[in-house]
This record gives sequence, structure tokens and C-alpha cells, in this order.
Amino acid sequence: MTYDLLHLRAHVIKIVRDFFWERGFLEVETPLLIPANAPEEYIDPVSALPDRQLQTSPEICMKRLLSRGHPKIFQISHCWRADERGARHLSEFTMLEWYRAESDYTDLMNDCRELLQQVSELSRPVAKSFTRNSVKISPFNLWQRYSVQEAFLHFGKVDVLGCLRNGLYEEILTSVIEPALAAYNTPVILMDYPVELAALARTKPGNPNCAERFELYVGGLELANGFSELNDPVEQRRRFEEANLVRRNVGKEPLPLPEPFLKELAGMPPSAGIALGIDRLVMLTAGAVSIDEVVAFTPEEL
Amino acid sequence: MYSVADLKKGLKITLDGDPYLVIAFDFVKPGKGQALYRTKMRNMINGTLLDRTYRSGETFEPANLEDRSMEYLYKEGSHYTFMDQQTYEQVVMEEDAMGDAKNFLLENLKVDVMLFGEKAIGVSLPNFVNLRVIATEQWAKGDTSGNDSKPATVETGYVLRVPPFIEEGELIVIDTRNGEYSTRVKG
Repeated sequence: MTYDLLHLRAHVIKIVRDFFWERGFLEVETPLLIPANAPEEYIDPVSALPDRQLQTSPEICMKRLLSRGHPKIFQISHCWRADERGARHLSEFTMLEWYRAESDYTDLMNDCRELLQQVSELSRPVAKSFTRNSVKISPFNLWQRYSVQEAFLHFGKVDVLGCLRNGLYEEILTSVIEPALAAYNTPVILMDYPVELAALARTKPGNPNCAERFELYVGGLELANGFSELNDPVEQRRRFEEANLVRRNVGKEPLPLPEPFLKELAGMPPSAGIALGIDRLVMLTAGAVSIDEVVAFTPEEL
Repeated sequence: MYSVADLKKGLKITLDGDPYLVIAFDFVKPGKGQALYRTKMRNMINGTLLDRTYRSGETFEPANLEDRSMEYLYKEGSHYTFMDQQTYEQVVMEEDAMGDAKNFLLENLKVDVMLFGEKAIGVSLPNFVNLRVIATEQWAKGDTSGNDSKPATVETGYVLRVPPFIEEGELIVIDTRNGEYSTRVKG
């Protein structure tokens, strides 16, 4: 990483931290080595000790803090996901997560809007925008929103549930929809995911097949994933077991369940939480093509 | 056996019986979705390009490739025959697979032949070879046209530009990487 990018990265992290402090969020630190992550079909944790994994996300411990009466919390921490490496992925990366009680996913969308405005304004005071593939993306213009169903119909002329059934969901999303979103000069929100794609999210009132989950795209790059949190421990256990069933069917090890989390979930107020990739935020601020450009060391350099 | 986690630029794998070189690679993984491994590959025998997307759990056979030091023997029709000096084993390569190498091959030249299993699929030459000029125009002394090179044909039939002072029968050094004249062999 060049001298300039090391400084830009530090600056972006400071702006983010100040943003949440100014709004009364409590900065927390939770353990990185944990007995169990939230089991997911396609996220593999890194085992660190015989009975410990590195966190794939700080969500388990942060939601327990919500249950324990901390209504607005944020954390910037390292996360690990096995075998994820590419121009937009590092196996070890830096994640920002924030949670707010008595809120839903629309409150998180507003947070995102204010956060991206503040980051672009303070880190790039003249341009006040982000850059991806030479496209300037301004967070000050009106953001575009599509439901996932709308996006699949509009850009791909296909039905998202059909794509999920025949295994084409990822292909259409990454080769048709994401490239189309890359042309927008404002951030784009994809929202309301099929419940299969939102293991920890609450479903929409009156629609048990649709989850209050959204993804934030800037320049076609997936930057953040947030949702209204599920706080029903019975339903949550059922979804974890379903994820483990899928893992078994595709030949992967089932993962241990985070039992203390399930126990405390009943006491969690209605809440919303979101994860945002700090490395990708720095990429967008710097106009970097690869995630390699914005970290002090890549795994291959170690 | 390789897994998708081994995929990267430069990896050589066997696909449908042919060796392929991975020339571009991209890892994509939408949030909460399955990982996709997008590759662009070149067939190492016929050069055709192929785009393939893989998912986790898929595996690949490595391409069983070997560079063996061999001597060029002779050409018959469109077949070039090489021999391993240690084992006296002979392999035959099609002209199509030779590429530009055929321009610089003289009998008994030592080369590296790339073998895919039993099949010869490529040849790498020394960086420099000596070849004799068999035809070129005489340099007219006092020529002021400003031309600093002229065409010359060497003993393999290959034609290249050489400096005006090179004469028929002279031995010259050719850089096989770009096919250009390098220097004159003194003596």
C-alpha cells in the first residue's frame, strides 16, 4: 500500500468512528475467538483452537449486548472467512458493524446515507463523491432503491425465486445485476430478500417469505448488508439447523450452534443491525480497483 | 487434484482431455450467497479461449506437463521429429503446434519440448541461434538512400531484415524471442 493510501485509510476509519461517537453510539469490543459463529450455508469460519473459531462477524456477541441493555453500539474489528480471496475479498478483513434497538432496516438505510455523505465530504472535500471504474458516485443525490424481486425482473427479466430454485441466483446477481448497478452515479439499495437468503433477519409483517434485509451497492460494489433482526429464538434455531442441513447436503461440516446467543435472544428488543466492509469503503474513497491496494499487507506478502 | 481454492492465473489444468492455462481469474461471492470462481483459460494445444465458472467443491486434474531436453532430427511433410538423447525416444510434433519455432530449427539443434502425457505440444528454443544467410542483395557501396537494413533469407527459409553489410554465406545470430537479427558471428 502506498503512503497516501495508508493515510487515507486511517482518515476514513477516524471519520467513521467520529460519526458514531457524535450520534451517541457506544464503541464496543467483543472477543474475536468464539466457540460458535452463526451457522451459514456458504460462510466457512476459520478454526483457531480445538474449541474456538475466529469470528466471521461480531454479530453474535453484539446482539447479546443489545439484550443486555445497550441500545446503540458499534464496532470496527477484524473478521475471517475461509477461502475468500479475490479482487474484492480478503480472508481476513475489517468490518464495521452497528446495531440499534427499537429500530428497523429503514433506520439503517438513513444511517448509511448520512455516513456515506460524511465520509465523502470529509475525505474528499472537493469531489464529495466515491469512484468505481471511473464512475463518480455521489451520496448526496437521491438513492435508487429496488426490491430484489424488482431488480431480477428489471435487469435480468427473470424471477428471483425461480433463480433460487435452479441455482442461478448468484450467476444472475453477479453477472447481470451488479454490472447494471455499476452504471448508477448514486448508491443503490437492493431490499426485501427471499427469506432463504436472510438467516438472521425478521420477515416483513404479513409476508413470511420476504425478509427485511437490504444490501447497499456503490458503483456496483457490495458495501453493506443490514436487516431488521430476528428476535424469536425458536425460529432462529430452526434457521440455523436448516443452514446446517444445507451444509451437510453439499458435503460441508455442520457448525456448532451459538447456544448462549440463542438463550439471550428472547430478551433482545426489536432491533436492526448492519455490517459494512471498511476495506471496500476505502477502495471506493480511493478509487482503488483491488482490495490489495488498501491494506498494509496482503496475505501473500506475509 | 486441485480444488477451486487453488485456481489462480498461471495454473495449468486438464479439461476434456486437453491442457489449459488459466489466464484470468476472479473470485465473486454475493452476500450470503455461494462463491463463484470465474476463469478464462487458453487451450495449450490449439490456443482457443474458454470462459468457465466454477463453484466450491469442484476439483480439477492438474495438467501433466513436462519440459524435456531433446534434439531436432528432421521434418517430413508437416511433421517435425525430435529425439531424447538419453532414452532415444522420439516424438513427432505437428507444424501447427510449432508456432514461430519452425523458422529457427536446424537439424541437431537442442531444444526443450513440452510434453502433455505422450503428446508434444510446444517447443522452446535457445534465446539465440546461429543461421547462415543463403540469399541477400549486394550492398552497393556509396548507397545514400538511407536504408539501414535489407531483406535476407537464411537456411531455414526464414526471411528477416539485416544490416546492409551482411553478405551471402555469412553466419548471423538471431534472437528467437522476436525473430530479429542480433549480430554477426565473427571469424
